[in-house]
Amino acid sequence: MTTLTDPPKASFRLSMLLYDTRYRSTTIQVIALMGFMLGAAWLINNVAVNLAAAGKPFTFGFLKDSSGYDINQTLIEYSSQSSHLRAAVVGLMNTLLVAVMGCILATFLGVFIGVLRLSTNWVISRLAAIYVEGFRNVPVLLWIVLIMAAMSHSAPQPKDFRGDNATAHMQIFDSVAITNRGIYFPEPLFSSGLGDVAMFPDKSTAACEAYAANSDDAKVIKLAKTCGSFQISLDLIAIGSVLIAGLMISKLITLRAAQIQADTGVRPTVWYLQLGVVVIPTLITLWILGFYLGYPELKGFNFKGGIHLRSSLLALWIALSLYTAAFIAEIVRAGIMAISKGQSEAASALGIRPSRTMSLVILPQAMRVIFPPLISQYLNLTKNSSLAIAVGYMDVTGTLGGITLNQTGREMETILLLMACYLVISLTVSTIMNAYNERTKLKER
Amino acid sequence: MTMTSDQSYVRTEMLSEKAPPVTNIGIIGWMRTNLFSSPLNIFLSLLAIYAIYSVLAGLLPWIFGGIWNSSSLNECRAKLLEIHGESTNRACWGVIRERFWQLMYGFYPEHLYWRPNLALIMLFAAIAPVLFNGLPKKMLLISVAFPFVAPWLLWGGTIWVPVLAFMGFVIGFLVHKFVAKAMSSLLGIILGVLAAIVWWLFIMGPLGNTLASILPLGIEAVESRKFGGFMLAILLGITGIGLSFPLGVVLALGRLSDLMIVKALCVGFIEFIRGVPLITLLFVASVLLNYFLPKGTEFDIILRVMIMITIFAAAYMAEVIRGGLAALPKGQYEAADALGLDYWQAQRLIIMPQALKISIPGIVSTFIGLFKDTTLVSIIALLDPLGWAKLIQANAEWNGIIWELYGFIAFVFFIFCFSMSRYSMYLERKLQTGH
Repeated sequence: MTTLTDPPKASFRLSMLLYDTRYRSTTIQVIALMGFMLGAAWLINNVAVNLAAAGKPFTFGFLKDSSGYDINQTLIEYSSQSSHLRAAVVGLMNTLLVAVMGCILATFLGVFIGVLRLSTNWVISRLAAIYVEGFRNVPVLLWIVLIMAAMSHSAPQPKDFRGDNATAHMQIFDSVAITNRGIYFPEPLFSSGLGDVAMFPDKSTAACEAYAANSDDAKVIKLAKTCGSFQISLDLIAIGSVLIAGLMISKLITLRAAQIQADTGVRPTVWYLQLGVVVIPTLITLWILGFYLGYPELKGFNFKGGIHLRSSLLALWIALSLYTAAFIAEIVRAGIMAISKGQSEAASALGIRPSRTMSLVILPQAMRVIFPPLISQYLNLTKNSSLAIAVGYMDVTGTLGGITLNQTGREMETILLLMACYLVISLTVSTIMNAYNERTKLKER
Repeated sequence: MTMTSDQSYVRTEMLSEKAPPVTNIGIIGWMRTNLFSSPLNIFLSLLAIYAIYSVLAGLLPWIFGGIWNSSSLNECRAKLLEIHGESTNRACWGVIRERFWQLMYGFYPEHLYWRPNLALIMLFAAIAPVLFNGLPKKMLLISVAFPFVAPWLLWGGTIWVPVLAFMGFVIGFLVHKFVAKAMSSLLGIILGVLAAIVWWLFIMGPLGNTLASILPLGIEAVESRKFGGFMLAILLGITGIGLSFPLGVVLALGRLSDLMIVKALCVGFIEFIRGVPLITLLFVASVLLNYFLPKGTEFDIILRVMIMITIFAAAYMAEVIRGGLAALPKGQYEAADALGLDYWQAQRLIIMPQALKISIPGIVSTFIGLFKDTTLVSIIALLDPLGWAKLIQANAEWNGIIWELYGFIAFVFFIFCFSMSRYSMYLERKLQTGH
């Protein structure tokens, strides 16, 4: 009788860590991890030693100190007494502002140019090609400083608008002034508006002072520090809610029309109804609130009133949009060309008109190809907006990474925070993107 | 009734081909199909032609009617007023003529311009074996020598630094060869690398000083802050391109690797670098990098910028190459396994050549992006062409000059980037092996 025995156990030798594929990957990983940790420890140690030698402990306490500098364009209330943190938030909002404005303009321009490039008209497609090659082969920074310099040198100064024989005039019924300091637009104002509501009690109000003064409670004091931080305009909320309600009703009308079409085969004409429910209530709301336009006026050395679009913001916005539009045009073109010709032929065979073929057959499929690179262009635009520092637009790089860094001398903390800001934006957008891609992916067998 | 044989109702020979209608061929036919095929197209074509005409009518006289010999903007404007009168607009190219060499070389000493030029020529000789096949094998010697000779040519100084740096490779290789023969090949690699590092860190410096004092061979040294203009842009661009490519390949392979920790490290690095703008990395180079190094380490600013630009481009390159690797059919990997190739052999012989070919357009557009991004160094006060433009505009003589200066810089950048993109198209066609 034979008994089954285990095969002789191979004794473990040290060399097997290197030559045996079972162990080798573990060895490599352990070595890589150790190398990484050693390197990181070395760097962190260097930083600690160097910071200690420079007398700068690594803290973010400086963010609470008052900043002591002004920012010429702010979306939220800010003064030189505000903290560095608030300056950074103001900068971040300016970054987001120019990024969103840039993405919108670049998309319109890019889609337009991309479609023109596919035109059967030779001159038009050539012109679009020249636009694309011209803009994407020249650095974006050059476009930004060029547009900034051109605007501040060739546009008239505010003093040119003065006097009886002024050399410059306001455009469009004396409502828009194009100067070398930027463009002044009329602003929407409300004569019988509902006013603003402070999210937290306003600092100047008695309530807020009482809030802070009469209490030793740490919690109350902490809350009081945010006094007047956020104000919400009730007028905008009113208009917005009426508009949204109108849009929802209009959507309901569409659904009803579709139902009628499904039942009877005849689609009722509803566009005037839809237009009515959106426009009329909004207009009535505007009338109740006493809507009027505040025109910019020349007072002293500069224009007062109206919305001031600074030339730094304009230059950055236009340059980033023109530059990114060149890339978006190529993406759109590639996306449309990626849809096989059979699709449009099939659409013609079904009797769909050429104009409807584009919107019903080609574009829905092309969107899947276009969308991922389009979003990465949006991210590029957002990151390129950091070049605002070259024209003095106060984005987050200009406040946090510029003046705050120079005033406090805390390079390590400010730059790490700055990187974190951009990283959070990028990673958030790309996470959403990945989820979207996963959802719209072609389900293959 | 008889039929004579010569009466034939069937044509026996073909009629000669008729020429197509004159409106369908030649320039007229082309215009009819491409420009005037429908009322909308007629309108658009005429509009576009008018737009082109009005732009060119303004631009061409401005460019070609410009004045070259003037030493300040005011002088030029006065001359233009004298010649053309009030209303005409002409360029003042005097600024380009006067500042051309500064825009090209920065403050680099004039009598040493041959050195960067020679380095550039050497570069072409060094990359020739990569670009074209069928060149003599000896050309590879230039490619090997280039990384050591080129920095020496640019920065100057004693000849012993490049020689000893090269010796480090030689010593490492010799140790590897000796140990590999005597013991094991892996130990050989480890000891070889160690020997080279020891040589560079501890032996090279003192030995170099000694040799320099015994035999002071060398050329005039040029400081980094004298570098500028397009020379700086090209220098940063080329080192970035040259170094980011191998780093990008390694990162891409790491990201696709089965080894969890290696993969995590690579993903973290790539996503971090891609998530932040280059300008923040340049801030790191200019104010932060010294904190990360042992106290007292002095580091050249150009070198710091080069490192940052390289790792920035490498992260983008890694993503492009990963795309190429992902596009490769799985059968290629399986075929490599079936042939019994190990990981590195498979990568070198089968995977990489195909993956890189697929990713050529992406690689080249990363290169173009990197070259354009070198202009960002003007924000941290390096004098690249845009930095020089600011400097020239701040000058009293040329205060207020915009279009000529930026137009010239844009034109040079356009030439470089456009020819790179055309070369990539050529390369794609050349390497096309599909059906």
